[in-house]
Amino acid sequence: MSGLFPLRVRGAETSRNGVHLVGPVDLDLDGQGLCVVLGPNGSGKTTLLRLLHGIARLRRGQISWACDAKQARNRQAFVFQRPVMMRRNVLDNIAYPLVVRGARSRAARAEALRWAERMGLGDLVACQAGVLSGGEQQKLALARALITQPELVFLDEPTASLDGRATREIETVLADAQAAGTRLILSTHDLGQARRLAAHVVFMLHGRVHETGSADAFFDRAETPEARAFLQGDIVE
Amino acid sequence: MTELWQGLTQAFWLMVTFDPELAEIALRSLRVTFTALAIACLIAFPMAAILAVRRFRFRRTVIAVLNALMGLPPVVVGLVVYVLVSRSGPFGALGLLFTPKAMIIAQVIIIVPLIASIAHQSLRDIWAEYHDLLISMNVTQRQKMRTLMWDARRALLTAALAGFGRGIGEVGAIMIVGGNIDQVTRVLTTAIALETGKGDFALALALGFVLIGLAVSVNLMIHWLGQTEREGRW
Repeated sequence: MSGLFPLRVRGAETSRNGVHLVGPVDLDLDGQGLCVVLGPNGSGKTTLLRLLHGIARLRRGQISWACDAKQARNRQAFVFQRPVMMRRNVLDNIAYPLVVRGARSRAARAEALRWAERMGLGDLVACQAGVLSGGEQQKLALARALITQPELVFLDEPTASLDGRATREIETVLADAQAAGTRLILSTHDLGQARRLAAHVVFMLHGRVHETGSADAFFDRAETPEARAFLQGDIVE
Repeated sequence: MTELWQGLTQAFWLMVTFDPELAEIALRSLRVTFTALAIACLIAFPMAAILAVRRFRFRRTVIAVLNALMGLPPVVVGLVVYVLVSRSGPFGALGLLFTPKAMIIAQVIIIVPLIASIAHQSLRDIWAEYHDLLISMNVTQRQKMRTLMWDARRALLTAALAGFGRGIGEVGAIMIVGGNIDQVTRVLTTAIALETGKGDFALALALGFVLIGLAVSVNLMIHWLGQTEREGRW
């Protein structure tokens, strides 16, 4: 069992500029298997992930990990839907989290090189990150997230703009990370990907957790009509 | 037109013959401006980073004032510095009036707002890109500022070059606080003003061309050293 879990969310709500975005959300996660946050566009998947990680400000309610909030954030990483490419080369991008945690530059770069090679970016380490393709940028973002060996990684639609091949490569990396003991919480609106990866599903609609449960139960016997409609590919509003 | 041509010819000969007086004045110009620039950058860059990263009361007001100060009239700055460092002023005991140090102080005051404003705009843009990433990594405020300044170093170089351009071409303030004393505080701009006053337009123009040449050369050199516009770079 990870030192972070169980995660307990009670009545969590957030808003921005007076616009209510998500909540109230009640959720319990034990961190076993890959958790997929599923739902149509605008349902609050990204905001929920940001809220759990602490990037979005909690306006009401409570989010508690097994350890204190600051420790929890240090044990987590976040991969954004549109990966943020720092204005540095690939190697320095990947090494950055280690450098800010106090690692020596040479050691951080050596580790970053190992991760770059593992991600198939070995030939690109000297390139500026901004010139990489979408798939390569997402791999870089994953390497940067995984290099600190976090206990939990949040992935916000990591393959949303990628083709099938790049998606498969990313999913392979995720499977390896999971095998190495990293917990993953991934948001997606891609049903195929959810079916391939999920052990646990959180179905979001209108900023709330509409349904949650094991992936098998959700995909075979969704309880709510909205979830069933979503699974059938209907437009859910 | 004749005077322009004479000025060009004289500028050429002054440089070819390596006129000692010209060399001394040009070197003093560079020394004063580079010193002022270094001090101004040390003040302006962290100030810009703080304004980009930190949220505090009156932040917007500070930014607005900083932008407004870009248009600070140099003569007024010169006058204020004069009052402060003159014998009867609060810093009179330091004996700074009519020294290159007083000229540096005036230049720093003039170029800090310019450098800080340009730098702030660049750092603000890059902060908007990095915000979520750095927050998610639990990066400290100091690390955020260092990261932004490092990643925006080429934009900061441009800000510094703008400051250099303003400083090297400055005449009003340094004339007042420096006094244009031969072999002590005379720089290219004050020498141009002097020669124009004396009616020696050809020499004034020659010095003007040397000043332009110097400013352009320094800019090109820094541009080249900073490796801006290199393929595959930001």
